[in-house]
Amino acid sequence: MSESVAATSAKKSWRGNGGVRGWYGRQSLVVRVVLGIVFAVLAVLLPYVGDVPVIGPQIITVGIDWPSALFNMSYYVLLALGLNVVVGFAGLLDLGYVGFFAVGAYTVALFTSPDSVLHTEWKWVAAIPVALAVTMVSGLILGWPTLRLRGDYLAIVTLGFAEIIRIFATSSETLRGDRGFSDLPHPPGDYSDGKAIFGVADATPYYWLGLAVIIVVIFAVRNLDRSRVGRSWLAIREDEEAAEIMGVRTIKYKLWAFAIGAFIGGLGGVMFAGQQGFMNSQTFQLQFSILVLAGVVMGGSGNIFGAILGGALISYIPDRLRGIEDPIWHTDLFGFRFAIFGAVIIAIMIFRPQGLIPSRRRAMELKDREKEVAPQ
Amino acid sequence: MSEPHIETPQELDDANAKPVDRPAQTGAAKPSPDKKGDVLLEMENVTLRFGGVVALNDVSFALRKGEIFGLIGPNGAGKTTCFNAMTGVYRPTSGAIRFKGESIVGKKKHEITRGGIARTFQNVRLFPEMTALENVMVGADAHHKTSVLSALFRLPRFWKEEHEGRDKSLELLRFVGIEHRAGEVSRNLSYGEQRRLEIARALATDPTLLCLDEPAAGFNPAEKAELLELIRKIRDTGVTVLLIEHDMRLVMGVTDRIVVLEFGKKIAEGTPAEVRDDPKVIAAYLGVPTDAA
Repeated sequence: MSESVAATSAKKSWRGNGGVRGWYGRQSLVVRVVLGIVFAVLAVLLPYVGDVPVIGPQIITVGIDWPSALFNMSYYVLLALGLNVVVGFAGLLDLGYVGFFAVGAYTVALFTSPDSVLHTEWKWVAAIPVALAVTMVSGLILGWPTLRLRGDYLAIVTLGFAEIIRIFATSSETLRGDRGFSDLPHPPGDYSDGKAIFGVADATPYYWLGLAVIIVVIFAVRNLDRSRVGRSWLAIREDEEAAEIMGVRTIKYKLWAFAIGAFIGGLGGVMFAGQQGFMNSQTFQLQFSILVLAGVVMGGSGNIFGAILGGALISYIPDRLRGIEDPIWHTDLFGFRFAIFGAVIIAIMIFRPQGLIPSRRRAMELKDREKEVAPQ
Repeated sequence: MSEPHIETPQELDDANAKPVDRPAQTGAAKPSPDKKGDVLLEMENVTLRFGGVVALNDVSFALRKGEIFGLIGPNGAGKTTCFNAMTGVYRPTSGAIRFKGESIVGKKKHEITRGGIARTFQNVRLFPEMTALENVMVGADAHHKTSVLSALFRLPRFWKEEHEGRDKSLELLRFVGIEHRAGEVSRNLSYGEQRRLEIARALATDPTLLCLDEPAAGFNPAEKAELLELIRKIRDTGVTVLLIEHDMRLVMGVTDRIVVLEFGKKIAEGTPAEVRDDPKVIAAYLGVPTDAA
């Protein structure tokens, strides 16, 4: 009985009713490229969405200027993309991801800020390669001793890693604790009238810069995912021992996952430092890691666009709540952001446990489980 | 540890336990040609203990190139442990395992795989969320050299190996008869298809020796017959096959030689006909006391 039933149902579920992405997957390369460009253009125009009648004002934030909210979204998206490599692809549960963000931002601060003990006061751009190299190395430093750990144990160690960095930043004289670093330089470039492109008043150029970085990272991560590297990561996530017996160098690919994840997280930190102008040890709270992880899971772990959507939402929702008065206590709704978050996450996990944009594979798995529970 | 120490050396018959001259370290040293063919894998006095439990007790046998070799025995006899020792999952407490004349004890699992030993698992262990094709491609990747950078920048090597790997994997899926399921997530395959997929994945690593751990478990007679056919086909491509199996009829039908394990010890070795008539084997399977045999 089962064979023919399985065959037909499988035929139906493979791309057949794959929803939007099933449709997208069937389109020709030209259609897909055009669609990609359309999305990119829309993203570029996002700072002006407030000018769209009727819906525009509903979308933009009120308590924080819209371009700044967009920039916040851009570095959260970067973090989600990086964490998705570690958690979504390689299946290494990393709860200390904010550590890499901090390492990236602090390295930039150390080399560029006049407050730094190094007194180098480099330009922002000059500090980027150093910062990214340092974050990659820190990824390896975290990855190497934790190679043997899995699941819960790995999560606890990575949690410790982020806390070590935060506490070190708080108490170390070099990293200046709460006093932090000020006068961090911004990215270079002037308009023709001599005014700096990356100023303090308008965050729009920062958002565009972030968007450009995100697009590059999307291509990089996608290329890795659809290759021997991505297959090795998935195989490790699915069954590490079987993967090794099939010839996958598990140690090598786990370290690469950590290093690449750290690199992207560091990129987020570099962007952040370049925009903020000031940062101290309070910037890198643990909740940040948890939030990004929640974003990845919410958006769809293992799917690049799921991670992007999740990362954007975890930044957008609190910013959107800012400046809205709640009707009972007349305080800022922003104060309730975690409660609202919790509700949103619970709702998503009930109604869409595979995430908003699940990876194709994970969606199939869940569908399959449903079938097992309720057979025909 | 209180194994019945009744017989050990007397069944050191023709084939096995040619200690030769322990040339393991001399790298390319040719194993001494046996009567019927070159020795491919050699287990020499392999003992494996887990605490007080002796899972393998002084086991010696040799596999020859191009044969289908059966490893049988009652439950808990140490068959899978034997596999695990060969594939680097367990490290023998003592004894030597040589593959193509080189010691493989202490080698990493992925090194052993690349060296030419592939295996399937008693309980199917596919990568459930990956498609059938991707599963096989993981195996094919074992011999690829695409680095992270060439994948990232889509360098020529990436394209070359990706196409090669895909063609080879599709070919293997066809070989085991499930190419129509290539795009399906392996979790959704039927049990029989999953078993076949595991074989394809193992073959993708270009093994010289393929170890199948109870590939027919849970199969009906028709499926078993198909599997036999497949195993013969694999052997005909030049791959040596080591088969662990419960089903005596299947083993007798397909293997060239057989080793029988009981309580971690080898109790018999020979052709299927020899083994079938061996009183110790009959005792082991039917439960007759050994001393009565």
